[in-house]
Amino acid sequence: MSDLSEAGRHAAYWRRNLQYLAILLTIWFVVSFGFGILLREPLDAIRLGGFKLGFWFAQQGSILVFVVLIFVYVALMNRLDREYGVEDEASSE
Amino acid sequence: MSIQGWTFLLVGISFALYIGVAIWTRARSTADFFVASGHVPPVLNGMATAADWMSAASFISMAGLISFMGYDGSVYLMGWTGGYVLLALLVAPYLRKFGQFTVPDFIGDRYASRVARIVAVGCAIFISFTYVAGQMRGVGIVFSRFLDVEIETGVIVGMAIVFFYAVLGGMKGITYTQVAQYCVLIFSYLVPAIFISMLMTGNVIPQVGFGATLADGSGVALLDRLDQLSVDLGFVAFTQGRKSTLDVFFITAALMVGTAGLPHVIVRFYTVPKVAAARSSAGWALVFIAILYTTAPAVAAFARTNLLQTIPGRSYADLPAWVHNWQKIGLVKFEDHDGDGRVRYVGPAHGAKNEFEIDRDIMVLANPEIANLPAWVVGLVAAGALAAALSTAAGLLLVISSSVAHDLLKKTFAPGISEGAELRAARIAAGFAVVVAGYFGIRPPGFVAQVVAFAFGLAASSIFPAVTLGIFSRKMNAAGAVAGMVAGLGFTATYIIYFKFVAPELNNADHWFLGISPEGIGTLGMVLNFAVAYGVALATPPPPARSLELVERVRLP
Repeated sequence: MSDLSEAGRHAAYWRRNLQYLAILLTIWFVVSFGFGILLREPLDAIRLGGFKLGFWFAQQGSILVFVVLIFVYVALMNRLDREYGVEDEASSE
Repeated sequence: MSIQGWTFLLVGISFALYIGVAIWTRARSTADFFVASGHVPPVLNGMATAADWMSAASFISMAGLISFMGYDGSVYLMGWTGGYVLLALLVAPYLRKFGQFTVPDFIGDRYASRVARIVAVGCAIFISFTYVAGQMRGVGIVFSRFLDVEIETGVIVGMAIVFFYAVLGGMKGITYTQVAQYCVLIFSYLVPAIFISMLMTGNVIPQVGFGATLADGSGVALLDRLDQLSVDLGFVAFTQGRKSTLDVFFITAALMVGTAGLPHVIVRFYTVPKVAAARSSAGWALVFIAILYTTAPAVAAFARTNLLQTIPGRSYADLPAWVHNWQKIGLVKFEDHDGDGRVRYVGPAHGAKNEFEIDRDIMVLANPEIANLPAWVVGLVAAGALAAALSTAAGLLLVISSSVAHDLLKKTFAPGISEGAELRAARIAAGFAVVVAGYFGIRPPGFVAQVVAFAFGLAASSIFPAVTLGIFSRKMNAAGAVAGMVAGLGFTATYIIYFKFVAPELNNADHWFLGISPEGIGTLGMVLNFAVAYGVALATPPPPARSLELVERVRLP
């Protein structure tokens, strides 16, 4: 990283953040608005135990995926912060 | 011990706990009062956020609503949890980095505009008052049903408790009390849910029982039985809905985006020590919320199945005791149209006339009685409902108080005041807000239920776009942000006011714009806000250098 200026490194850090956001928000959209709403009827033909799959995504599955998404984001960003040396220590006070 | 004895005991113990916590953690500075000095560990902040977020409506009404709405109830489940993904990814870490006291602080500083700040303060205060009135009403209902006191007395006791710890402890006191309240409310929600799941399906975990086969030896899945019963009686199948797909889409989006724009939720992320903590704290908040939100639809399905299996066709004299108990206070109604002494409970698609009505709000509160659970469980549920209402009320009161003392006085009209004076003003504003909230609790304006759509619609169409554009767009300037907020807000408010108050008789799918109900219109308001903001920003000079520096600063942890 040393060959890049500080501004360049910050811009690269921000681009990676935006890439993560794009991927995670796509999944967020697909499990809720996709599986739970727009594709519910075709998915309801598939069974998951006593559930119809589309209904399960709308009332259970999407919520579980949301939780996982946030923790994946936390892990990705913590790694990215270390990689770019931008973790905040004193800046919060 | 009787139900009432247990209720007094458990509610008393929980109140003593909250007061104890408040004394132990009282605020000493404005930083303590507004943001707990940014020293709250992320897991605890997650718990406090969950308690703050889950209101009397989540605890008391949601499962009941879903039991009547079936699939359509998914809008609340996805809407009120999916918003946390937006919060964690698009809002919380950046605002924590910004590190001031309130949401209008960010909007005012980012756009270097007093007008933008004042518009944001107006939204924050309106949203918070709308919400808090509902909480106080919830307190009153629980007191009157379980402790047999007047609703007024209940509201006044609730006001006194919230006044004590919100005014004394500020954000610090509220945070730690909310942690205690979360524990009370989740325990009291899960205990009856687990009992009922075991009763209906033999599964200990309600989320598993929800998709399991019935315990009656028939081998039929619970949801299939429920669909069958519903259709036979002329209701819509539970796993189907009546709303159009488009409307479900728009309502879900409005609730999600609204959640990510609610000031009392956003402000909780100012209280953690650093940016990484703000991210994980949002994750913990959603974990604690998801525990209740995945249980609620299971409870809804159990309660509905139980109801449809026990009520229709029974003779009135034979009905279980809980039906008669709730009938006494008017939340269950029976009218024997055909005079045969039997209850005919049927839906609109059935030929015959329905004779039985049950209020949606009582499902969770009546559940322990429906399932014949011991008296202490009923008391526990009352304590949990109060915890949910009080924790949300306290968080909202804090937003009102900081909006008045910090945003209006310190940052706008009296910039010279000392920290001591600001702290005093914050306490006075909190006290004043408690009294107003209590008044609305005792004499609820008829429109409380109607304006909930308002709160989410406004947050979605004003605060969320202004905040995210401020972080993600370097081009966005004050003119764009203010024009966007005014356009989004104006459009959303006009639409809701028209259908809810001016022409309520036209409030149906035939008259809605593109078939979108007032509950979902905030989504369109948000789109309009983004479009107008960009258009105006492109046509006006770019934001000043100090705004751009602020953008660069919040983008890095």
